[in-house]
Amino acid sequence: MSDEARQAVADRLYFRRRIVNGVGLVFATLSTGFGLFWLAWILWTTFYTGISSLNGKLFTMMTPPPGDEGGLLNAFAGSAMICLLAILIGAPIGIAAGTYLAEYAKKSRLGEAIRFFNDILLSAPSIVLGMFVYTVVVKQIGHYSALSGSLALALIVLPVVVRTTDEMLKLVPSAMREAGLSLGVPQWKVTMQVLYRAALPGIVTGVLLALARISGETAPLLFTAFDNQFWSMNVAQPMASVPVVIYKFAMSADAGWKSLAWAGALIVTLFVLALSLLSRAILLRNKVSND
Amino acid sequence: MTNPNIPLATTGSVSLITPPPSTDAKATAAAAAPKMSAKGLDFYYDKFHALKNVSLDIAEKKVTALIGPSGCGKSTLLRIFNRIYSIYPKLEAKGQVLLDGENILDPKYPLNRLRSKVGMVFQKPVPFPMSIYDNVAYAIRHYEKLSKADMDARVEEALRQGALWDEVKSKLNGSALGLSGGQQQRLCIARAVALKPEVILLDEPTSALDPIATGKIEQLVEELKERYTIAIVTHNMQQASRVSDYTAFMYLGELIEFGDTTTIFENPTKKMTEDYITGRYG
Repeated sequence: MSDEARQAVADRLYFRRRIVNGVGLVFATLSTGFGLFWLAWILWTTFYTGISSLNGKLFTMMTPPPGDEGGLLNAFAGSAMICLLAILIGAPIGIAAGTYLAEYAKKSRLGEAIRFFNDILLSAPSIVLGMFVYTVVVKQIGHYSALSGSLALALIVLPVVVRTTDEMLKLVPSAMREAGLSLGVPQWKVTMQVLYRAALPGIVTGVLLALARISGETAPLLFTAFDNQFWSMNVAQPMASVPVVIYKFAMSADAGWKSLAWAGALIVTLFVLALSLLSRAILLRNKVSND
Repeated sequence: MTNPNIPLATTGSVSLITPPPSTDAKATAAAAAPKMSAKGLDFYYDKFHALKNVSLDIAEKKVTALIGPSGCGKSTLLRIFNRIYSIYPKLEAKGQVLLDGENILDPKYPLNRLRSKVGMVFQKPVPFPMSIYDNVAYAIRHYEKLSKADMDARVEEALRQGALWDEVKSKLNGSALGLSGGQQQRLCIARAVALKPEVILLDEPTSALDPIATGKIEQLVEELKERYTIAIVTHNMQQASRVSDYTAFMYLGELIEFGDTTTIFENPTKKMTEDYITGRYG
């Protein structure tokens, strides 16, 4: 083949690739726009409607009976309590299990099996976890309680934290382990004092994302923590939470309840947004100092 | 805690009393007092036979260089000397490695003691994610209970030995991750010497560094051999000839030739060694 002919073929191929590239780019951009459009719409509606319902009473008054004035104080406090307990139960077990996977089980058969089941738990519908806790805890005790709600949420926290801890520890270069162990320091100490430090931002991010995930969960709380119209910080009793109150109020015909539901939705959205930003900031700050 | 740094005394004075002072001081030093020695050592990565019947002495307070093409087993050999290989599954060493006459491959040999006597510095500098001070103090705290003043002195001593003190004395509490690559590697050396080891293993310690940082590390190795027995793995021929007293050339898991560095570089007995050193393959 002559040089000219080869050049002509190359030119044709190049032209075709540019067309394919252009078409691909258009589709990719459109898909992105399609996804973002709905997200923007949802956020816009939440903000627009929620902001008009925001006022001081929201944080000072309890959930009202229909037709009355009120706020969401008991629901906010309840959500904080239930989520905090869920993190306190789920995160330490998750970190311990993730550490076992990354540092001890590694690629062993047992380790891979645990990772597989953890991934199943990770994608289990949250209502199933709620039903599970209802059957195992609520039915045995005989009544709803905030603690059982925390247990259900802890089951959501657990696989997220296991996964991130495992992944983040695996990102720590093996040379760091060798350096620690070559000083004669035992493995558990190297793990706790050196590797955790190196992986800390990632592990904290995992816990924050788990918190973001459960702070909007409704289904697991319906059969467990249930709801409470009044102020209660007793974890052995039913407790109000923002998502369940939103669920209840948004379904009602009462204008005041509906407005409170929007306000609650806005606050939860802002909270999740703040958590996401915070975890990104933690990861980003650490990336810079690590290089 | 015994101090392993009792200067030269034992070996030095013994050789003065014992009969005729040899003409080839280096060779007798190696023969008389090997700090460590591998005897009939075989190593397996699962089924892969990585070291084949390797026997070699590491002379006390000398620098022994291990050279050879990638995959020849030089790093593998070094990683047996402190049993760091044993953290991975399916790896197995057979034969003997003696440290002061005791077989460290014996499962009864306490790993803790081995690792405090035989320190290691790796190819990539890996400072721990903590302050410069804590990097050095970290392992000391595991072995000894020291007062704040004593610990300060130990950290300073180690950083001075690592030729890093002057550069970091004003920022000891700063993160070690903020140091340059060369400084980080010297910090790793300081961290290893802080435990007052007897042997220091250097696994290609300069391959991630620029020439200036490399020069500093080489100079440092020169100073460290006054106190420590050093084994260094390197890909750099010039480095081996500059810093070492003895050189071992390895190929495909076998020790091809071992002798004092001048002989290996100027007058090797094996054709293979000569070819490698002159860059004809490898």
